[in-house]
Amino acid sequence: MNSGLVMYEEEFRLIAGICDRLTRDANAKVVFLIDKNGQLIAASGQAQNLDTTSLASLTAGNVAAMGGLAKLIGEKEFPNQFHEGERESLHMSIVAARVVLVVIFDAKSSLGLVRLRVKKAGEELARVFDGLAKKQAMPGAQSPFAEITDDDIDNLFSE
Amino acid sequence: MSFINYSSREINCKIVYYGPGLCGKTTNLQYVYAKTNPSAKGKMISLATETERTLFFDFLPLSLGEIRGFKTRFHLYTVPGQVFYDASRKLILKGVDGVVFVADSQFERMEANVESLENLRVNLAEQGYDLGRIPYVVQYNKRDLPNAVGMDELQRTLNPRKVPEWAAVAPTGLGVFDTLKSVAKLVLTELKKGG
Repeated sequence: MNSGLVMYEEEFRLIAGICDRLTRDANAKVVFLIDKNGQLIAASGQAQNLDTTSLASLTAGNVAAMGGLAKLIGEKEFPNQFHEGERESLHMSIVAARVVLVVIFDAKSSLGLVRLRVKKAGEELARVFDGLAKKQAMPGAQSPFAEITDDDIDNLFSE
Repeated sequence: MSFINYSSREINCKIVYYGPGLCGKTTNLQYVYAKTNPSAKGKMISLATETERTLFFDFLPLSLGEIRGFKTRFHLYTVPGQVFYDASRKLILKGVDGVVFVADSQFERMEANVESLENLRVNLAEQGYDLGRIPYVVQYNKRDLPNAVGMDELQRTLNPRKVPEWAAVAPTGLGVFDTLKSVAKLVLTELKKGG
């Protein structure tokens, strides 16, 4: 079975910093970073009023469906997608083959600016995720849950 | 594929409900949603056709509580059961941590059950998973119907490996939480092993 994603404090801070900077530099309303499997990794900007869990799951579903379509026409994937709304638009970009960078923006920004800033942030994020993958692959990086007991699991379902 | 976040102290896992069309996968999630405390659940999303058939997936995020200071969150997904949605089913299985196979107990649906189970095995294998090793439980749904096949025969045909199995009547909730708890337990046990 393939191992899951593990996020450590240090890398999370780097990622949050990159997302914050992207929000400012791109004049974006919100920036999200989402695992391709639908887990939210980081959010920046005006995310308080958004259902971030649903957003993460639907983004992953959308990216997966577009990836399937890409393969049907002989492409590896569609690394960037843009959806234009009446007031707000959404830009999605696949980073390091495993996460999706989502930028929501309105008329205060433009697609050109978002694309430019996303490219730079994507490169920075890719470096962080490469480091994270190496850290996870290091010997001794055993499951952080190796020490949980069967009782711990049973207690969760005790009610 | 689980996601362990040390920063927010969360474990996130993905469970997929699989099975033939109209076997009750969405009904399972609807019952869980209806009976779960609002603080422990997120919004349920159903991407369905106008006739309420699942088009892409249903999604329900649940919090189960804490283990050693880590919040455990489960993301429940259903697949579209109809045969021609196979491409979508493959996508939804990506990154799965545990699978529930919901069988339709009706005699007329036995062939569809067998076909769907084989489809699950093949689609999991395409993603590099082995149905024989992944956390996996079986639910025999619609036990209240007069044309339901006997449990013995269902077990023989659909669960020869004898993984945890539950009789269910999803609209009334019978077996629904038992099924969810048993697969969630298997997923956490696998996580403990470092799978």
